Amino acid sequence: MATDNPTEKLLESDVQVADPGPNSVLGPGHTYATVTDRISGVVYLPFKKAPKKWMVGAFISFLIVNMLFFAITVLFLRGVGIWGINIPIGWGFAIINFVWWIGIGHAGTLISAILFLLKQDWRTSINRFTEAMTLFAVACAAMFPILHLGRPWLCYWLFPYPSSMWLWPQPRSALEWDVFAVSTYGTVSLVFWYIGLIPDLATMRDHAPKPWVQKIYAVLALGWRGSIKHWHRYNKAYLLLAGLATPLVLSVHSIVSMDFAISILPGWHTTIFPPYFVAGAIYSGFAMVLTLLIPMRKWYKLEDIITMRHIDACAKLMLGTGLIVAYGYSQEAFFSWYGGDKFESFMYWNRITGPYGFTYVLLILCNIALPQMLWSKKVRMCVPLVFILSLVINCGMWLERFVIVVVSLTRDFLPSSWGTYIPTGWDWATFVGTLGFFLLLMFLFIRLLPSISIFEEREVVHHDNYMEEAYEQQ
Amino acid sequence: MSSNELRLNELAGIHGAMAEFLTPEELLAAAERAYAEGYRQMDAYTPMPVEGLAEAIGFKKNHVALAVLIGGICGCSGGFGLLYWITVIAYPHNVGGRPLDSWPAYIPITFECMILIASLTSLFAMLFMNGLPRPYHPVFNVPEFARASKDRFFLCIESSDPKFRTEDVLEFLRGLGGNEVTVVPA
Repeated sequence: MATDNPTEKLLESDVQVADPGPNSVLGPGHTYATVTDRISGVVYLPFKKAPKKWMVGAFISFLIVNMLFFAITVLFLRGVGIWGINIPIGWGFAIINFVWWIGIGHAGTLISAILFLLKQDWRTSINRFTEAMTLFAVACAAMFPILHLGRPWLCYWLFPYPSSMWLWPQPRSALEWDVFAVSTYGTVSLVFWYIGLIPDLATMRDHAPKPWVQKIYAVLALGWRGSIKHWHRYNKAYLLLAGLATPLVLSVHSIVSMDFAISILPGWHTTIFPPYFVAGAIYSGFAMVLTLLIPMRKWYKLEDIITMRHIDACAKLMLGTGLIVAYGYSQEAFFSWYGGDKFESFMYWNRITGPYGFTYVLLILCNIALPQMLWSKKVRMCVPLVFILSLVINCGMWLERFVIVVVSLTRDFLPSSWGTYIPTGWDWATFVGTLGFFLLLMFLFIRLLPSISIFEEREVVHHDNYMEEAYEQQ
Repeated sequence: MSSNELRLNELAGIHGAMAEFLTPEELLAAAERAYAEGYRQMDAYTPMPVEGLAEAIGFKKNHVALAVLIGGICGCSGGFGLLYWITVIAYPHNVGGRPLDSWPAYIPITFECMILIASLTSLFAMLFMNGLPRPYHPVFNVPEFARASKDRFFLCIESSDPKFRTEDVLEFLRGLGGNEVTVVPA
């Protein structure tokens, strides 16, 4: 049967979509209609026509989510004793994963808010996708401190509400700051993502192939009709949200770092933590953006909309934030020596030569040494290599959190209170489980909502037309 | 019947008259001419924001920013007030002889509350001022209007305009070079 869905036609043919290269954010020949049809076509694709790789990937992540639910059920029944945590290492995988996941979200907000304020044209094709990534990463992150509570079903005690016990949370504690920072971050990310989706949901409603599909998008689009008066208020609201999200994203990982920095433990008690955590967050976030973006553009043949320009820019930002992280490491090392505190200098020595020394070596290799390859334009233009580097950096940033959380806790001031931490199978099942949860949500998102902002792509088309006309007139 | 009542009867079933354009530039020029002609009650519908178009139909200022400012101030003072109330009034707790009103420790949460309430205000104020959610609107009666969310640009002069005479407006819109000119039933 013939189809008028251009994405379906492309996927069925052997045609390779040409990438316009590192200087262009959109392939040539696109009009308002073609960008609309291509992006909405990904969602309108009949279920049976979805790429095989999407099917396999979504199914595997669904199985992993079941493993996560199983691990959580056992945790609820038997308590946190099933994990490898002990005294003195009370913060094991749960806190490592919490910090890692929430860091990953930060790149999404950076792309959607900060690059919007800086008027970066390349953010357009990838902002929706990375905002979704932020939202799902925050969902994974928020799970861990709650599971770590011991009595997770009482997690609502963290919020200030008038309880019959007349007890209130302690707002002078950094852990309570976290509650507010993470819940605000999650809510604002959702608002930002949804407000960006409204005009595209209207597009999906107006061109849906089936009436029931149309009804669902109609409810979500809230009756958006593209009135210029609405756009006027919309642009203002979006700009203000970007302005609000920018300090928010900087504050969230700063507050997370204060969980550590306001304690007195060597390796945690440093003032460099807030900026160093924020840089690390954006670093790992860009790595995750590339890890997800590269397969998606290939599976759905979107190379003319997500171009080498996007991959190049993400890789450069990854390199830049990686260098800030390297500076953070160097300062930690320098001040543990220059500060003259013997516990501090022991801490650093223990990081490199202690029982977990291999994690530090791997961390330097993954986060500092290998990413230097990105200085070369040839490396940045080689998509498989960028993909591998993004995976390497994801591992490296996870190891960084392992080194900070675990290695500092194993050996504090008194040798009599030193300990060892070995994660158990349940630790790994929960961590890998959230990876599956995150990927399943991403798979469903690509399937159900326009993963590229359609109306902003139309603006790119308009801008390109305008530039072309100006060029011809010269 | 007075002429006024006649006019009201005529307009009972009409929301306005609509012209379709292929590019934002054509629509912008048409909107400017309609405004110069003296029409005030009109709206333009576009698949993306078009710079200067809202100003061209006489819509120059909106109050979203003011609402967000008020939201931010409420969130900020509300957040701080909550913490002060918890730590000083509802549940005073002496920790190592430190003052109960330890305001520097409240700053992170106060800041987060400000951002939270301001952000929610920006979404809800935008929707409220736009009159959304609104499932039905007369412009959806025009079949071609589906393309307003894809690749067409529309100008609609509404029947509530004091200068609105159906034949005149349709004639005027045809003169603007619109692709297709239709009456929008209410």
